[in-house]
Amino acid sequence: MTIYYTEEHEWIRVEGEHATVGISDHAQEQLGDIVFVELPEVGKKLAKGEQAAVVESVKAASEVYAPVGGEVTEVNGALEDKPEIVNEDAEGEGWFFKMKLADPGELEGLMDRDAYEKYVEGLA
Amino acid sequence: MSSPARTPLFDLHLELGARMVAFAGYEMPLRYPAGIIAEHRHCRSRAALFDVSHMGQLRILGEDAAAALEGLVPADIRGLAVGRNRYTMFTNDAGGILDDLIAGREKEGLFLVVNAARKAADIAHLKAALEPACTVEPLEDRALLALQGPAAAEVLARLRPEVDELRFMESGWFELAGARCRVARCGYTGEDGFEISVPADAATELARALLASEEVAPAGLGARDSLRLEAGLCLYGHDLDETTTPVEAGLAWTIGRRRREEGGFPGAEVILRQLREGAPRRLAGLRPEGRVPVREGAEIRLPGGAVIGRVTSGGFGPTVGGPVAMGYLDSAHEAPGTRLEVLVRGRAVPAEVARLPFVPHRYRR
Repeated sequence: MTIYYTEEHEWIRVEGEHATVGISDHAQEQLGDIVFVELPEVGKKLAKGEQAAVVESVKAASEVYAPVGGEVTEVNGALEDKPEIVNEDAEGEGWFFKMKLADPGELEGLMDRDAYEKYVEGLA
Repeated sequence: MSSPARTPLFDLHLELGARMVAFAGYEMPLRYPAGIIAEHRHCRSRAALFDVSHMGQLRILGEDAAAALEGLVPADIRGLAVGRNRYTMFTNDAGGILDDLIAGREKEGLFLVVNAARKAADIAHLKAALEPACTVEPLEDRALLALQGPAAAEVLARLRPEVDELRFMESGWFELAGARCRVARCGYTGEDGFEISVPADAATELARALLASEEVAPAGLGARDSLRLEAGLCLYGHDLDETTTPVEAGLAWTIGRRRREEGGFPGAEVILRQLREGAPRRLAGLRPEGRVPVREGAEIRLPGGAVIGRVTSGGFGPTVGGPVAMGYLDSAHEAPGTRLEVLVRGRAVPAEVARLPFVPHRYRR
C-alpha cells in the first residue's frame, strides 16, 4: 500500500489497481472548518486532473481533482452528515472516494510523503 | 501593490496564532487556532474579542456638524442627544449607498465609524461637503476593539462598572487600561456588546486585559462575517453598494419621520418615492434546503423558472446549523415562506424566503 500526494493537496492510497482519494491534512488545516463535501457519483469516469469533488469551508468552496484517471467505485457517505470528519482525520476516516485506476502508470510523477512534506514547507 | 497596513494589535494576533489575511488594505486575523465555528459559537455563548481597527474613525467638529451631516445621510442626526448613536448611510443622487456608518453625537460635534474599504472615499466626500464650515478629523491614532457576546457587559464592567449603564446605541468616554476610551454599546454580531475606541498605544494592553477574562476568546474576520450574516446585518460591497437603495436593503427604519417629511439628503426623491410606493426589489433572507452553502453571486429563481434575483451574502451559519443567505429579489416574491430555488454549480437547490435576522438579536435596550 503506497500513498502519493498531488501539488493540489489530494492524497491517493493505492492497493493494486484500486485506490482511495482524499485531501491532505495540510489542506484541511488551510481550509479550516469544513461544512460541506460534494462527492462524485459512483460509476463516474474521471480523467487525471479532472474535477472530482468540491470541499466547502466556512469561507469558500475549493475543487478537488482526480490524482489519476479511473472509475469511482465508492464514496464516503459519512461526509454528507459529518463533513467535519475531514478536519478530524483528513488522511483516514475523512477519505472522499475510492476508484479503480485506469492506468497505474499515471501515478508516476506524484509525490511520496517525504516529497510532499518538503513541497508544503516550500509553500510557507 | 503596497504592502498591507498593520493594526496596533498585529503582534498580539501573531502571538495568539492567528491566520492573517489581507482585507481592505490591512493585514487582519481571519481566524485563530480555535477556528471560525468555535469562535462564532463562543461569541454567541460567552464573549469574543475582535480587532476592528481597520475601520475608519473620525470626528466632525463645528457648531452645525449635525445639520451639515444631514445633507449627506437620511437619518435624523440633529435629533440625536449627546451620547446617542445612529446607524445610517451616505447616499448618492440616485438613492444608492456610498457607505454605511454609525454616527454618534458627542459634546463637541460627531463621532463616525465607517468601513475600512470606504474610509478614504468617505473622508474626501465629507471634506468636500462639510469643510470649511466644519472640520473633518480622521482619528488615525486610535484602535477599535469589539467585545461581543452575552458575557461582554460583565467582563467590561470588571474594568469599569459604569459601562454597564450604557444602553444599546449609547456611548460614553471611560478610562480603560489607563487610557481615555470611547465605549459604544453596539456591534456587528447581533449580540450585546461594545465597540471600544482606544488610543493605539494602549490597545494591546486593553486587549490583553479583556482576554485575561476566562469568558473571552479572540475571534477573527471569518467569525465576524458568519455572525453578522446570521444577524441579518448588511456588509458594504456585498449587500449594499451604489446601486442599492436603503429601502431596497430593508433599511427604511433608519430614516426618521422628520427626514421623510423634509428630505434634504442625496437621492431623497428616489428614496422617498420608494418609501411611499415600495421598491422593485428587496433584500431578503433565504434558507436553502440541505447542507450545501449558497454563496454570493448565486442566481435566485422561481421553482424551475425565471431568475428573480441574486444572492449577495451566503454561507454556513454555525448557530443556525445550516446554510443561510441574503439576496435581492423581485419584491413580488419577498414574503417569508415563499418557495424559491438558488443555483449552486448549475444545480437548483430549493430555498425558502426567511425572516431576518436568522438568529434573534439580543441587544440590551
